[in-house]
Amino acid sequence: MIRGDLPSTAPLHPPTKGASLKVKTRKATAVLATAVVLALGASACSSKSDSGKGGGGGAKDAVTDAALTSIVNKSDKKGGTASYEVSDVPDSLDPGNTYYGWVQNFSRLYGRSLTSFKPAAGKEGLEVVPDLAESLGKPSPDAKTWTYKLRAGVKFEDGTTVTSKDVKYAVERSNFAPEALSNGPTYFKAHLEGGDKYQGPYKDKSPEGIKSIETPDDQTIVFHLKDPFADFDYLATFSQTSPVPQKADKGADYVKHIVATGPYKFASYEDGKGATLERNPQWDPKTDPIRKALPDKITIKFKILQRTVDNNLLNNSLTVDAAGTGVAPETQPKVLEGKYKKQTDSPYAGALSYVGLNVHVKPFDNIHCRKAVQWGIDKVSVQQAQGGSPKGDVASTMLPPTVNGYAKFDLYPTQNSAGDIDKAKDELKQCGQPNGFETTLTARSDRPAEMAMATAVQASMKKIGINANIKTFPTGKYFTNFVGVPDYVHSHNLGMIMTAWGADWPTGFGFLDQIVNGSAIKPSGGNNVQELDDPQINKALNDAIANTDATARAKAWGDIDKLVLENASAVPLIYRKNLLFRPENAANVTVTQAYLGMYDYLLMSSSK
Amino acid sequence: MAAYIIRRLFAAVLLLLVVSAVTFAIFFLVPRIAGQTVDQLAAQYVGKDANRDSIAAVKQNLGLDQPLYEQYWHFVKAIVAGADYKFGPDASHCSAPCFGYSFKSHVEVWPQLTSRIPVTLSLAVGAAVIWLVSGVAVGVLSALKRGSFFDRFFMGVALAGVSLPIFFTGMLALSVLTVQWPVWGDGINYVSFTDDPGQWAWNLLVPWCSLAFLYSALYARLTRAGMLETMSEDYIRTARAKGLKERTVVAKHGLRSALTPIVTIFGMDFGLLLGGAVITEQVFSFKGIGEYAVKGIQDNDLPIVMGVTLVAAFFIVVCNLLVDLVYAAIDPRVRYS
Repeated sequence: MIRGDLPSTAPLHPPTKGASLKVKTRKATAVLATAVVLALGASACSSKSDSGKGGGGGAKDAVTDAALTSIVNKSDKKGGTASYEVSDVPDSLDPGNTYYGWVQNFSRLYGRSLTSFKPAAGKEGLEVVPDLAESLGKPSPDAKTWTYKLRAGVKFEDGTTVTSKDVKYAVERSNFAPEALSNGPTYFKAHLEGGDKYQGPYKDKSPEGIKSIETPDDQTIVFHLKDPFADFDYLATFSQTSPVPQKADKGADYVKHIVATGPYKFASYEDGKGATLERNPQWDPKTDPIRKALPDKITIKFKILQRTVDNNLLNNSLTVDAAGTGVAPETQPKVLEGKYKKQTDSPYAGALSYVGLNVHVKPFDNIHCRKAVQWGIDKVSVQQAQGGSPKGDVASTMLPPTVNGYAKFDLYPTQNSAGDIDKAKDELKQCGQPNGFETTLTARSDRPAEMAMATAVQASMKKIGINANIKTFPTGKYFTNFVGVPDYVHSHNLGMIMTAWGADWPTGFGFLDQIVNGSAIKPSGGNNVQELDDPQINKALNDAIANTDATARAKAWGDIDKLVLENASAVPLIYRKNLLFRPENAANVTVTQAYLGMYDYLLMSSSK
Repeated sequence: MAAYIIRRLFAAVLLLLVVSAVTFAIFFLVPRIAGQTVDQLAAQYVGKDANRDSIAAVKQNLGLDQPLYEQYWHFVKAIVAGADYKFGPDASHCSAPCFGYSFKSHVEVWPQLTSRIPVTLSLAVGAAVIWLVSGVAVGVLSALKRGSFFDRFFMGVALAGVSLPIFFTGMLALSVLTVQWPVWGDGINYVSFTDDPGQWAWNLLVPWCSLAFLYSALYARLTRAGMLETMSEDYIRTARAKGLKERTVVAKHGLRSALTPIVTIFGMDFGLLLGGAVITEQVFSFKGIGEYAVKGIQDNDLPIVMGVTLVAAFFIVVCNLLVDLVYAAIDPRVRYS
């Protein structure tokens, strides 16, 4: 269940939903030009300025991109205040009512879900580890039944013991009560047996609730699914499984008085303004192997101008920009130069920009015409158009490198990724269109980076004789009214569709299922814009998700990725990146790949 | 005098009622005339996650399927007596004065507004003091020394002040004073007056000056023009001929009547500012009424926009009422009969 449009801060999949990208890449091209000039100018004297000021505080080991592979500025010191700011408001801090990636990351400070991602550097950060549960889920052989045992001795902030019923209730309210809590994803509803019939805890007052979640005792919870789903441990990482006591639940009002299970509880919360977290004395570190909980206090402020957030990072008065999508374009030149450069990280954002070639729009029904586009696109020009290497790398696969199952390959290698006109023209001949053809290329008008990329694609196409007319639509209706509506796409001859995608959870299935599975084609609002419905791919996806062997599963995702590119209906363009800045006061800084390339908030502390 | 005040008060209340009716019509009547169905209207209140259940809930809570006059009655009644909104397990009571309920963030608008009024008020009052004092002083001196270096210099500065928008001066001040030369090393954050008056003033200093720069320029030019005109009047010559001291002539006779239009403009400006110093609050990320309005507009959260509109209208009406009363003190020609 993927929502078509989205709020402005990084949700779980930013490019499809994140207007943040739109805001931040507006001036990217101009800014990049400035950045290059400044960088060139600065390089002459950088050796001096680098050894001078800027290395103070604890940031001595800091080098550019250090947080991608290591924990920067390691510290075991307890105390201090970690301060967060964000340019937007969260959809909700209620663990059961949020879709934003950064809230999922942040909510782990006060809520404990059944499983979570390991707070660790590099690839290790993608590993799912038990949190509230004492071990990962125990699947039945058919991957349809999942059993978790809760750790003993976990308490709510009021001292009552957490039971499996509180977890069950949390899943019920977050997935089945859209009249009050409509922000979060509904994967549990989609996969639980009888999920389409259950009315939710506010309407269905029966004491047993949904029957497909069993709680045989206070420590055990069993999920019965209607289809095999081997990625279930990933679903269990969602903040939706962090327990909620039914008697404290006031529906949408719960956000004002969230009952904590993590090391922090809410000292104050002000809608639209921010919140302060303080230590939760009921949290017992013995029950919690993944949290160090170093800061004494955590503050978060909403709706701070992005420029001000950046300024506060630069002047070291702030610990982290909570949105985790990187600095504003205006700040980019400043941090890509001189003394600030070594405090930047450019992690992958777990998302891909690509062009979908609709297999029902002529002449893209012919694989050779699709391959002509694959060979013909100058991907470096596309990369430059969207803001250069700090904002993205040239892509050759559907899966970004930070998704579980990524396999490196390039079926259409060209020199410097600049495209191969001869090979493209050769494919055009085989397609029966030696002189090229006319088609339509769509993009979202309010996403400057996407518009810039579309223009670059158009220029590449012109070189091989394909005349792509750019047609633009607003983000809010892109999928619901236009490119996600097959009838509209066919009748308007929309052959090439610019889009972007990030996964709700970092596995090949989480990434691919909604964009290449035939079952994801919908009358409206679908994200499989190529209308790819290849029995082999569909079967491979369905088989792999039923396979409880994690290694075999991971391999399958790479193989499916290859199948998609052999079919040539999607042209990967850019693995998107964030340009993050870590101030000197920030300690234990590392990028978590599990949450779209932002810093890991469970680890983070501050010297302030 | 008392009768005058009562009359004006009565008119002000009537005016507010009209404003509320117009606001109500814009939000509830116009969309219907434009062809929106009740469901579409309700869907706007829910936002992007509109589903059948949430739309039905809004429709029921707002009574959107009832006749319009009844809806308006509920709307006014809520302001006076409060209202109940039912979602999930519990009903939330929006206590009087209920200036709407945001279905998107599930909060009452009024407490949000009241928590933000001190911010906007601090900003507006401080800036107003600075711009009135500096603007009027510069204006008077410029008028008296017409053509001098002082006059030319400050009128030049005034021209710059009028021309430079606050999102330029404010942003510039912010990046210079918080990063380049970090006098405000921890950034500029609003601190409540009751928490720490010193920090309150210290943090507001830059916003005050940025905002006042814009206005004082305007007021200096206005005062200068008014003074020039008044000082050439016959009664000024008479006053001088009577042998009054120049200071008395300027302050008691000249300035007093030159101030009348300034007070009028000030009433409007100040009232508007209390309704939200939109750009200044955005630039400095202050959580005032203007920032709230922008948030409401960005999120398409109609009850917020409506609440701010009504409160802003209230401030403007009140400020104008006060201006009318102040006239008596400064302009002897005004009689309350």
